[in-house]
Amino acid sequence: MAARTSGAKKGTAHPAPTPTMDSLLATKEIVVACGPGGVGKTTTAAASALMAAINHGSKVLVLTVDPAKRLANALGLDGIGNTEHRVPTSAFTAAGIKPRGELWAAMLDTKESWDSLIRQHAPDAQTRDEILANPLYQNIAGRFIQSHDYIAMERLYEIHSAGEYDLIVVDTPPTRNALDFLDAPERLADFFSSRLLRWLIVPYRSKLINVATKPFYQISDRILGTEFMGDISEFFILFQTMYDGFVERSKAVGRLLSDRRTTFVVVSTLEATPLREAEFFAEQLTERKLHLGAIVLNKVLPDYLQGRAGAAVAETLKDRAEDLAAELSPVLGASDADLGDPAQIARVLTEVADSYLNFQVVALREMEERASLAVAPEVLATVPFFDTDIYDLAGLLRLGERIWG
Amino acid sequence: MTPLLDRKLVFVTGKGGTGKTTVASALALLASTQGKRVLVCEIDGKGELAAYYEAPPMAFKEKEVQPGLFAMTMDTEASLREYLKLQLHVPIVGRIGPVAKAFDFLATAAPGVREILTVGKLCFEVRDNHWDMVVVDAPATGHIVGQLAAPQAVNGLVRVGMIRNQTDWMLEMLSDPAITGLLAVCTPEEMPVTETIELAVRVREETTVELAGVVVNRVLPELFGRNEEAVFDALAAPGPLEELDGLIGGDAGPVLDAARLAVTMRRTRSTHLERLREGIDPDVPLLYLPYLFAKSFGLRTTRQVAGSLGEELGL
Repeated sequence: MAARTSGAKKGTAHPAPTPTMDSLLATKEIVVACGPGGVGKTTTAAASALMAAINHGSKVLVLTVDPAKRLANALGLDGIGNTEHRVPTSAFTAAGIKPRGELWAAMLDTKESWDSLIRQHAPDAQTRDEILANPLYQNIAGRFIQSHDYIAMERLYEIHSAGEYDLIVVDTPPTRNALDFLDAPERLADFFSSRLLRWLIVPYRSKLINVATKPFYQISDRILGTEFMGDISEFFILFQTMYDGFVERSKAVGRLLSDRRTTFVVVSTLEATPLREAEFFAEQLTERKLHLGAIVLNKVLPDYLQGRAGAAVAETLKDRAEDLAAELSPVLGASDADLGDPAQIARVLTEVADSYLNFQVVALREMEERASLAVAPEVLATVPFFDTDIYDLAGLLRLGERIWG
Repeated sequence: MTPLLDRKLVFVTGKGGTGKTTVASALALLASTQGKRVLVCEIDGKGELAAYYEAPPMAFKEKEVQPGLFAMTMDTEASLREYLKLQLHVPIVGRIGPVAKAFDFLATAAPGVREILTVGKLCFEVRDNHWDMVVVDAPATGHIVGQLAAPQAVNGLVRVGMIRNQTDWMLEMLSDPAITGLLAVCTPEEMPVTETIELAVRVREETTVELAGVVVNRVLPELFGRNEEAVFDALAAPGPLEELDGLIGGDAGPVLDAARLAVTMRRTRSTHLERLREGIDPDVPLLYLPYLFAKSFGLRTTRQVAGSLGEELGL
C-alpha cells in the first residue's frame, strides 16, 4: 500500500487538495494530541505547534504535560512553571528558521492549577484557606489520578477563553485509559451533584441517619473510622460552596471539546498494542461525535526495508559472502591494507545482510498493521524513525515537516 | 540484595510502550518453569496479559494458564466484596448495584481506597494463599508510586478503624526486601531512561518498597567490531558499492542503508544506557533483554523473553 506522504501539488489533475495537517490546523483553534503512552505524543504536539507558528503566521501555544528534558530545553521551558512562555527568537535563529508567527509553550502543573481554580471559585477567603489546607484536598490535587485528566482540560478551557492564542495544541496526560480525560469534566460534574454526596454529608451535619443509609455508615465507620469519615464530609461541605461554579465550568469544558473548532490528533506507533489502543480511541471519538482530525503514525521504519528485491540482495550477500569478499578485497585494500582482509569483509557482508533481514521482519509486520487500520481520519501522517533524539528546534522542525504533509 | 526469583511479591512497572506486560508475563513464566507455584496479576485491566499466554480472557478468580502458573485480573470492587466477606464477615450476595455505587463514591471521595484494595488483595494472596511468587503487572511509572505508597498515605489520613489495622501488616510486608521488590522496565531511549532514574529516586523517598532490578528491554545487537565498521564504511563508499552492485547484479544500497540505520540506532541508545547505569544505584542489577525481531507476539515470544531473563539472572 502506498503511504500518503505529501499533499496534492497545485496544477495537477486532483479536483480538491488532499487534506494535510497544514490545512487541518489552519481551520482549528484547539488541537488535542492523544494516544497511548510512549509513542511520541508530546513531541508530535510540539512539532505541530511549531509548524503552525512557522507557516500560518499565528500565535500558537503548546501546552505540554511532561516533556523530555531536552525538548523542554528546546522550547525554553526549563524551570518555567505553569505560566505561558514565548519560545525566544534566538532559538529560531539558531535553527535557521524565520517564523511568521509566534510559538508559546507552557507546562501543566497539576497542583498549581488546582490551587488557582480553588482561588477563583471559593466564595470567601476563609473557605479558600480551609480548602487549601485540608489534607484531603492536598491528596486529591497532588496524587489523585483523575484530577490530572480534569485539570488539563480545565486549563485548556481557561486559556482558550482568554483568547490570547490563534491555536492551542494540548498534549494529554498519560492516563490508564486514553479516554479518561474525555469523561473527566462530566464525571466531576456527576460527582459533585451525586445523591451519595448528600447522603454522606447529611448525617455528619444533623446526626439524622435514616434506616436505608444506616448500614452504609456502619460499614464505612468500621472500615475507615468515624474521624476520617468526618474529615471527608467536612471537605465536601467546603466544596459544596463552590458547587455551582464547578459544575457549570466542567460542562463548559465538555462543550469546548465537542466544538467544531476543536480537533483530535491520535498519535501511535505501528506496534500492535499501542495501535489497537489508538484505534479504539479513534472509534470512541467518532462515537462521541468529536472531531477525529488526524492519525499520526510515529517511528515507522523506512520503506526500503520492505522490498522483496532488498531481501533477495541480502540473501545473495549471505550466500556468496566469501567469493564476494575475495573480489572486493583488492578494491577495499587499495587505500588501506587493514580494510582488505577477505575474512573480515565476508563477516561484514553477512552481518549487514542478517541485520537487513531482521529489520525486514519488523517492517513487514508494521506494514501489515498499517494496512489493517480500521479507522479513516481526514489526515493520515506517517513519520519515519529518526535515528537521533530531538533536542532543538531544528530537530523538531525535521519531524514537523514530515507530519505537515 | 535478595535475588529476584527469591522474592514473593514482585511489582513490574515501566513507562508505557517499554514492554512492562511482556516482562511481567515472562518473569511469571520463568518462575513457574523453576518449579514455583506462581500467580500473575494484571492491574490495569486492559486484558492484554492473556494474549501473552494465548489464554482466554482472565477474571478476578485466578485460572491456570500454564502448568503451575495462574493468572488473574484485578477488580477493586470484587476485592472489596471479598474483603468485607472474609475480614468483616459482611457477606454481600447478589445485590452488587448499591455496593458498587457506594464503593465508587468512597473510592472517589477518599483517595487511596482503590489503591489499598489492590495492594491489600495482593498481600493477602501472598500471606494467606501461600503462593511461591506473586508477579504484578503494575501501573505504569507515572502511577506506581501512588500505588505503593497508598498504605502510608492511608495511615496518614486514617488514624483508627479496620483499615488502619490492615495497613500496618501490609506495610510490614511491602517494607521487607526479602519478600517484596519492584522491577522497573525501560528501553534504551531518552524518556524511558529519564523516567526510570526519577522513579528510582521517588521509590526510595516516598515508598518502603525496594527497587529489585531494572530490565533494559529491546537492546539492539552490536553489528560490528571497531575495524569491521571501517570496512563497512569503505564498502559503502560510492566506488566499492558500485563494484558490489555489479558483482551481485542488484542494488545493495538499501541493505547497507539498513545497516547504517541499525548502527546509528544502537549508538544513540548506548548513550542512554550509560546514563541509566550512572543514574541507578550500583547495587541494583540491570538485566538486558534483546530486541525481538518477531513476526508476531504470543506464548512463543513470552518463552523467548523468559529464556533471556533466565540467562540474565544466571540460571
